[in-house]
Amino acid sequence: MDILRFNTAGSVDDGKSTLIGRLLYDTQSIPQDKLEAIAASSRRKGLDFVDLSLLTDGLIAEREQGITIDVAHVYFSTPKRKYIIADSPGHVEYTRNMVTGASTAHVSVILIDARHGVVDQTYRHFFISTLLRIPKVLVCVNKMDLVDFSQDVFSNVVSDFYAFAEKIRFEGQIIDFIPVCGLHGDNIATPSQRMPWYEGRTLLQELENTEIEEKNTALPARFPVQYVVRPRTEAFHDYRGYAGRLASGTLRVGDKVTALPSGQQSVVRQIQKFDTDLPEAHAGDSVTVLLADDIDLSRGNMLVRHGEQPVEAKYLVAQVCWMAHEPLVAGKLYWLQHGNQTVKARVEGIEHVTLPGTLEQVAATQLKLNDIATVSLKLAQPVFADPFAANRANGGFILIDPASNNTAGAGFVQEAHESVPVQEFSI
Amino acid sequence: MSNFSKRKFPRQLEDEAIHIIREVAAQFERPALLFSGGKDSITLVRLAQKAFYPARIPFPLLHIDTGHNFPETLDFRDQLAAELHLDLIVRYVQDSINQGKAKEETGKYASRNALQTVTLLDAIEELKFDACIGGARRDEEKARAKERVFSVRDEFGQWDAKRQRPEVFGILNGKINLGENVRVFPISNWTELDVWNYIREEGIGIPSIYYAHERDIIERDGLIWPHSEFLHTSPDEVVQRRVVRFRTVGDMTCTAAVESLADDIDGIIDEILRAVISERGARIDDKRSEAAMEKRKQQGYF
Repeated sequence: MDILRFNTAGSVDDGKSTLIGRLLYDTQSIPQDKLEAIAASSRRKGLDFVDLSLLTDGLIAEREQGITIDVAHVYFSTPKRKYIIADSPGHVEYTRNMVTGASTAHVSVILIDARHGVVDQTYRHFFISTLLRIPKVLVCVNKMDLVDFSQDVFSNVVSDFYAFAEKIRFEGQIIDFIPVCGLHGDNIATPSQRMPWYEGRTLLQELENTEIEEKNTALPARFPVQYVVRPRTEAFHDYRGYAGRLASGTLRVGDKVTALPSGQQSVVRQIQKFDTDLPEAHAGDSVTVLLADDIDLSRGNMLVRHGEQPVEAKYLVAQVCWMAHEPLVAGKLYWLQHGNQTVKARVEGIEHVTLPGTLEQVAATQLKLNDIATVSLKLAQPVFADPFAANRANGGFILIDPASNNTAGAGFVQEAHESVPVQEFSI
Repeated sequence: MSNFSKRKFPRQLEDEAIHIIREVAAQFERPALLFSGGKDSITLVRLAQKAFYPARIPFPLLHIDTGHNFPETLDFRDQLAAELHLDLIVRYVQDSINQGKAKEETGKYASRNALQTVTLLDAIEELKFDACIGGARRDEEKARAKERVFSVRDEFGQWDAKRQRPEVFGILNGKINLGENVRVFPISNWTELDVWNYIREEGIGIPSIYYAHERDIIERDGLIWPHSEFLHTSPDEVVQRRVVRFRTVGDMTCTAAVESLADDIDGIIDEILRAVISERGARIDDKRSEAAMEKRKQQGYF
């Protein structure tokens, strides 16, 4: 059984919580006592229907203010697969929340209120979906009942959305549109009788039919060493296993491998998952690798197949999404964590901030909360990162503010260089 | 929902959990695994065992003994610790009461569930733990649905929903300031059914009270309460003998039983699939208010 992770993004009052509640309700994922509890709450609020949005409104402050503060995780299953929904709130700190919720998503579900059509937030949501390289975007045009199920309204949304999306979508990114009514369940899990002009799939059918990309397994192998297992017991006296989660690619017993940064070479002698020997490990597997030779390899190092080395990057150009109230300042030092390696990094420069709504690039000397910018970073030690566009699992990093130890930014590698590129300039 | 029963456990959840547990061992100096004797913490022990095989689990288990535990749970705990050569540390709520740090509740709903927090925070300070691995899952409750895998707590153990660190790309930031510590939840993304399917597929042993057995009970507020010396009963509450089992294992004073004939894992899973009551619906401690869990978390609860 596989897992599909998807993110939901929408503006205030787009009906996102209701849509999620409906998806759970229609897949029989809500236990009776929870359903009764929200039915009772709905009655107390004077509603004459069961408000399914109450299922995901969690915190006290959220209930008081009728808003959502933080990313909530919601789970349901069908006979085919398990689903993990990251429900990102639409308004307060939306960029930060959406990046948090969607960084590993397979599908991004973007909600649009049919009455309002494409709004500035919609552009932002699609921009972030693209920044995160989410392979499939499902645009749900919600509240179709409030526009008389009009095909024209729907078509206008589609063309407005495309006009923007075509400028930034990446090759192979799938975009589909579904007219829905979350409140009544039209085209959520059941095809709507009220929109006969729509012949596409329901939201659930779209999710069920999403291929979870196997591309990651076909990429070069990236095995970040997480922990060295040394039992030091009689039975396993000389045992030295390199434990980690294979970020991308496939690693097989017998593969010639190079350890980074030492450059030493060896051969994969054994791959273990607990007490079982495996012939090969695939992207996502947590395994322990044993090598034919004793070489210099420890946490933060990386094992790759011979001839597939990534750049030993001491200089990165990256898109950064800033997630802290304290601004990012050029010249400042941060901790950069890539996988399980942490190095000191200095912000060399902010090339420009991109405004997601207009794609306009503006100069900046610092980054504020929710800004997305292209920055250059100089590293104290090399990291073994790939460009995010080529390898989603090995191209992301976080920036940690050394003063607070908080995660302050998410980074997406665009270029990895061994040293500062020589600047060409004219006199 | 019967078509769900043939469902297999999604193995990516195990890979994810093992990755998280290894990060704890690598990033922290003094981690511990919070062990309650319930199925979730038993699952954590299994995952930790796998994460470091063939080496021993490189951190101790910490059990906060309320004094109201089911004896079957304590027997199971000791047996598991002996079998896997675990380093087991036990701290007692009774000691916190004796020291005047915690006050026993009174009345018919008296429980030591909230008092655990006092003992837990004292133990963390005494033993200088910087990371505590717990078996909480996001599907259990609405406040938990919003908590991160690495949940940073201040020196009072408090959780602040508005100050949570973003967690992206599965990268776990374990850097903390002096006085802070981290609660770590490796099975955040598992549901109750995932845990049971895992226990079935792995053949993991669990305390006998999860299976149907005969027990003295009383009925109160539409729930079945296990009768014990710790439960304060009123004269009109009649003790009856019933065949029941527990879906979740907390204290004898705050865990309700369900009537059941399920005497093996398959029976339990079938029952869950048909169940109309969610798992925490059987936790009397959550029923105190709509936001009971969130309030307890803010005070440093597990």
